[in-house]
Amino acid sequence: MSERENILTRVREALTVSTPKPGAKQPGKAASATRDFRSLLPAVGATYEEQLALFRANSADLKTDFYCVKDVEAVKAQLASWRDSEKWRRIASHAGSLTEAVSSSLGLPVCRTDAAYSTVELEASDIGLTECDALIAQTGSVLITNRSAGGRALSVLPPHHIVLARRNQLVSGLPEAFQLIKEKYGSNYPSMISFITGPSRTGDIERILVLGAHGPKKLTLFLLE
Amino acid sequence: MNPHARQFNADARRLSADLRHRGIINTALNKYAIKRDEKKALFQDWEGARQTAAEIKWDALSHLDQNLEKLAKTLEARGTRVHWASTAEQARAIIVGIAKAKNARAIVKSKSMTSEEIHLNDALEKAGFEVVESDLGEFIVQLRHEAPYHIVFPAMHLTRGEIRELFQKELGDAPSDNPEDLTLVARRVLRKKYVQADLGITGANFAIAETGMVSITENEGNARLTAALPKTMITLLGIEKVLPRLEDLALFLPMLATVGAAQLISGYNTLYSGPRQPGETDGPEEWHVVLLDNRRTALLADAEQRDALHCIRCGSCLNVCPIYRNVGGHTYGTTYCGPIGAVITPHLRGLRDWKHLAYASTLCGACAEACPVKIDLHHRLLQTRRNSVQEKPRWWEKLAFKGFAVIANRRPLWRYFITQGGRLGQRFHPLVKGTRLDPAYAWTKTRELPPIAPQSFKEWWRNRS
Repeated sequence: MSERENILTRVREALTVSTPKPGAKQPGKAASATRDFRSLLPAVGATYEEQLALFRANSADLKTDFYCVKDVEAVKAQLASWRDSEKWRRIASHAGSLTEAVSSSLGLPVCRTDAAYSTVELEASDIGLTECDALIAQTGSVLITNRSAGGRALSVLPPHHIVLARRNQLVSGLPEAFQLIKEKYGSNYPSMISFITGPSRTGDIERILVLGAHGPKKLTLFLLE
Repeated sequence: MNPHARQFNADARRLSADLRHRGIINTALNKYAIKRDEKKALFQDWEGARQTAAEIKWDALSHLDQNLEKLAKTLEARGTRVHWASTAEQARAIIVGIAKAKNARAIVKSKSMTSEEIHLNDALEKAGFEVVESDLGEFIVQLRHEAPYHIVFPAMHLTRGEIRELFQKELGDAPSDNPEDLTLVARRVLRKKYVQADLGITGANFAIAETGMVSITENEGNARLTAALPKTMITLLGIEKVLPRLEDLALFLPMLATVGAAQLISGYNTLYSGPRQPGETDGPEEWHVVLLDNRRTALLADAEQRDALHCIRCGSCLNVCPIYRNVGGHTYGTTYCGPIGAVITPHLRGLRDWKHLAYASTLCGACAEACPVKIDLHHRLLQTRRNSVQEKPRWWEKLAFKGFAVIANRRPLWRYFITQGGRLGQRFHPLVKGTRLDPAYAWTKTRELPPIAPQSFKEWWRNRS
């Protein structure tokens, strides 16, 4: 018999004895369970303005730099000024209607992760510029996939991750984000789906927060109106 | 007394009197407690969330066979190789076998308690492979050749000064004891390893049966890199980690982060559903998922204690446990420490050798209250005590309780012992008090025994005018 069958047989034997639902012994005392997580999770306002304000507050808390800008031109201008002040020499990006316009405007060599690329080159890039699937107001997270954001490494290897998002990509909470994944991809999921919340961080030394442990030290989000 | 219990007692005695150790733990955990409560308060209904999470886990375990079959099927449909391991030995053999077949030169690992449970690093090193832990805390304890001190905060017991000394000695680089500088040193060292590594090993927090995904929670981005750069990826997954539906994560991810690390959600929560797919430009060419039993089915078969498999390894029961906070993580001598470790270790490694852990509890119930998936931890500990006594009763305990029953069942005798008799005994007590001859030595070696009142309530009642 294979180990698969051995394990499944032991599981089935164990499950011949069933257990009562948690809390069933203390009726009335138990808190009530619900499949609608929205009534359990942190509250999110109903209007777009409230959600935007919550996302902004969460970003500040997480040390994410969050900018609402008018259009792609504004992003180009902002990145051009950082390019000069921080002396960027190489950027990394992927094909996307927003990223394309911005990355080509900077006049720097671009490491593209859409086709075969060199890890060493990506590692040496000053920024990773990507698009995303959604921004989540409830938690201040960015939802990306390797399909929407140029693969698995682009959003985590360069020291500064810059995300371009559209106004309609802001969703209220985590349940809505999972809903969106299901609706957008059906059963053809990208092989990596990631909720990024703030820049890379660690508290492993005396529980003191340090940014940029392994991933980006900086996370910048642009929301295009 | 078995050697594990002897070691526990010796270390516990030493560390509970070590004020420096207690200071470090209290500073770390008090900071955590404040932040955790802030995040908990954001939930509209934390108790409802706990109940829901407990029911989802209960439901997932009640159909574990179906969930596992479905998970394997959905994973395999996208080209993932699924392996089944009944024992730790089998899991090690599978992983070492893959490393050999791939001729791996450098292996990077992201944090995985399950890999600690099966002592994977030892096995890989014995087979001649170099393995580097990439989570900062795990990297630090690996350099010290130590086990993690805590399920979530592996290097919680060390000060920045000690870490600086360690880095100076082992890496030859530590410009200051500033945590930021120290983190940067580790980042530089580990970046090099990442670029070289050809095999990546990760743990997992959840697996989703419906969609064939593995969910990995982290803050540093090291698991993201482990799943992006090496050509081959291996994920070790305990069979209890499977959840039925993708959307269940909308509840579990923020709950895990809130009680685990006092964050509303962790820095990176990533779902993997396959190796590199057609049209994708990076990620591993091969992905192996190893499903590990290692006596989890024995715990499943114990219906009374089955809910211990709900555990999502958040570590919150450790953080609130007065015993953990005094004796620290290494004293337990187990992979999983604290209350949850005391409950599951006897199942995973044998009741006879590990029953003493169940007695390292005040049964105050702080653990059960802290548990996000409502494991009734202190009752599980009490049941473990009962089971251990039933398995192998101690003759002198039996005798002592028989003697106690004789006295307690006879009214005049009982009354005598708690009044005149007791007072008489206490008058002679100072002769042996605090010495080995003292029948109350276990208590009196560190504490005072309060004197029996000069007059009992009954005596007072009878004599009142």
